[in-house]
Amino acid sequence: MRSFWKAFKRNKLALIGGVVVACLALLAVLAPAISPWDPNRPDVKRILEPPSGRHLFGTDQLGRDVLSRMLYGSQVSLAVGFVSVGIAATIGILLGAAAGYHGGLVDAATMRLVDLMLVFPRFFLLLAVLAFLKPSIWTIMTVIGFTGWMGVARLVRAEFLALKEREFVMWSQSTGASAFRIIWRHILPNAMGPVLVAMTLGIPAAILTESGLSFLGLGVQPPRATWGNILNEGKDAIELAWWLSVYPGLAILATVLSYNLLGEGIRDALDPRLRQSAGRVVSRGR
Amino acid sequence: MLAYALRRLVLAIPLLIGITFVSFVVIHLAPGDPTQIITGGDPSLVHDPKLYQQLIQEYGLDKPLHVQYWNWLKRLLRLDFGKSFAPHARPVLTMIGERLPITLLLNVVEMLIILALAVPIGVLSATRQYSTFDKITTMFVFVGFATPDFWLALLLMILFGIQLGWLPISGLRSMNAEYLSFWQQQWDFLSHLALPILVATFGGLAGFSRYMRQSMLEVVRQDYIQSARAKGLAERVVIGKHALRNALLPIVTILGLSLPGLIGGSVIVESIFAIPGMGQLMVQAAFERDYPVLMGNLVVVSTLTLFANLLADLAYSFVDPRIRVGRRRR
Repeated sequence: MRSFWKAFKRNKLALIGGVVVACLALLAVLAPAISPWDPNRPDVKRILEPPSGRHLFGTDQLGRDVLSRMLYGSQVSLAVGFVSVGIAATIGILLGAAAGYHGGLVDAATMRLVDLMLVFPRFFLLLAVLAFLKPSIWTIMTVIGFTGWMGVARLVRAEFLALKEREFVMWSQSTGASAFRIIWRHILPNAMGPVLVAMTLGIPAAILTESGLSFLGLGVQPPRATWGNILNEGKDAIELAWWLSVYPGLAILATVLSYNLLGEGIRDALDPRLRQSAGRVVSRGR
Repeated sequence: MLAYALRRLVLAIPLLIGITFVSFVVIHLAPGDPTQIITGGDPSLVHDPKLYQQLIQEYGLDKPLHVQYWNWLKRLLRLDFGKSFAPHARPVLTMIGERLPITLLLNVVEMLIILALAVPIGVLSATRQYSTFDKITTMFVFVGFATPDFWLALLLMILFGIQLGWLPISGLRSMNAEYLSFWQQQWDFLSHLALPILVATFGGLAGFSRYMRQSMLEVVRQDYIQSARAKGLAERVVIGKHALRNALLPIVTILGLSLPGLIGGSVIVESIFAIPGMGQLMVQAAFERDYPVLMGNLVVVSTLTLFANLLADLAYSFVDPRIRVGRRRR
């Protein structure tokens, strides 16, 4: 643990990423207290006003304050990021552990399921599911979680395959410990490093996916503000109001960038060898 | 080689069945009566007993799910994807047939541009590790990963479409395209494609140049590169011939793996730039809850991805014979 901190602290970019991530979380939690305006209060006299001292990031088509809407929107991004990654990690760990520990038919079946899920372009699958569900923040989180567990499953399986041959596992097997106990108490804690890294990198991917869906109008629905649906409104006013398009996008960029820097920093600090293996192109939030 | 190809082809069959199964299940996960979904809960439609019965009959919705799936599968085998629920009620296959070429064109051009740029970028930043060029590209990679493609599209539309007025921002042809000469029409088409392709290329470029760099870094450390240098070959030959060939190998696989991502990206790009491709069709169908179109799209797109993956695997085993004899790469 100490060597981890030493390695992590040397990585300036990762530190900056971590600080920005923490600040963003703080802003999201404090949104009700620090928002200058009510995010949903229209003001017909101040429609599409450019940024000014009164409205730092300008106003939208209904005269609502963009900064306040973005602050509330960061709550959605944060919640979607954490909850959907939590769901994906739970599924991935359960399936990956079962496949890696038991091997044989369980392993073959699970890995074919992973292959199958990876054949679907994610956005097509998401759209097909979302078309028939009531769009809410909970649906979005669940659907993103259920379509994003494959990476974790593969990772956990690989760790389990390697770890179950080690002496400490054989020792506990010889003492008659149950498979359940061996998996949860002995193997999983040793496999968590790469999983944590995958989760940290999964959060920005989920945020990108959610904002893309909300941008298309199939994600979190107005009047609830999200970065994606502010951008959707920005697209409608593209010739009139650049500030509706520029600021929310910058917020997404900064958030995703910081999580990625943090995640890669954790990975390098945990184990420099991991650098080579992670599938970054594939995990991009599409 | 042939035996290997056949084996891979046979292994693809359960995946194909899986694709149809997932597509069917996904659409039938929805709570409530499918007829209400179809009619959008519109009482005037649901309460018209004749129309209601007709819908149920036509789609076999009164039968148990496994029978519905079986019937749908049988029709799929005859390439009958059903008809759209939209008022025009056109066959789904025709609709897909009109739109698939556009999406394929976009993705193939995108892929070629990505490769043409990513390979030299990756090689240069690997051979000059920690140089200014390497640092700049690494920064570009991180920003590229973090930039939402729809936001980049909006910014480019504002800049090139509205502020500068250089490029059109929607559709594939201008309103007056019919009146232009042949060459003007081609130019018109290309200028409509410029922004969408730029946006689609951006994110993928970041990933691929990163991979290329990584792959190259690993290869340059190998013994055979040392011996190539030791026997006095020019550095240009060592890098450009010996190292590059080996570093390109993993890229073939990654190309296959990242296909679903690239194709999925066309959903966003096509709907922003109003390009009539598969992605835009999917979004429209999702809004209209047009479920024959949704199922058909899902099956076609994922089947294409499956075969493209297969092709990438075969290409890989062709360039690297170790794969054919050794264990399967997972």
